Amino acid sequence: MRIRVLAFARLRELLGAPEITLELPEGARVVDAWSALAQGCSELDEQRASTRAARNGNLVAFEEPLADGDELAILPPVGGG
Amino acid sequence: MFRIVREAIEPAALESAVRSGDGGAVTFVGIVRSRADDGRPVTGLSYEAFEPMAIREFRIIAAEARERFGDVAIAIVHRIGELRVGEIAVAVMASAVHRGEAFDACRYAIDEVKRRAPIWKEERYADGTADWRANP
Repeated sequence: MRIRVLAFARLRELLGAPEITLELPEGARVVDAWSALAQGCSELDEQRASTRAARNGNLVAFEEPLADGDELAILPPVGGG
Repeated sequence: MFRIVREAIEPAALESAVRSGDGGAVTFVGIVRSRADDGRPVTGLSYEAFEPMAIREFRIIAAEARERFGDVAIAIVHRIGELRVGEIAVAVMASAVHRGEAFDACRYAIDEVKRRAPIWKEERYADGTADWRANP
């Protein structure tokens, strides 16, 4: 399957791009997408505990299954206001 | 009115959300401070947002405020991009028939925006460094 990853703030800087396309095996979950991203970026993996994931705009657990065409946003701790 | 904007916020514009019959309106504006929480001098902030999700979160927060405080109207506008010290980063307006509900709803809405809207800020310091800062 192919998914689109959106990264924000510090996570965007660590990944070096605001948007990345990932090819993942069928049955992949959010945590698999995270592992694929973190493989090339150990600093990213250090942010795992404080990162939330949104699948197609809805917050989900890292165990959430993904589907082809999904948009996965990875969100660091917020700082608005 | 629920918006993410790139230009200066005019707080009075939020009052267009006040309804005929409302007796009180409270507007909160959040302003870029000259010092960080740790005391370092700040020259400005850079905000970014996951815009569709942020707008949806604003709407959910407003719906929650109505559940808690009754018949209130809410407007939330947050600016993104580069802001200088003294500029308005966020404005929240709440109006109701009586002032009590308007104050309570305004306070609730800004607290929840800060707590959970997908918006991020990078502080820029006088010494040329910068850092992403999460809300406590």
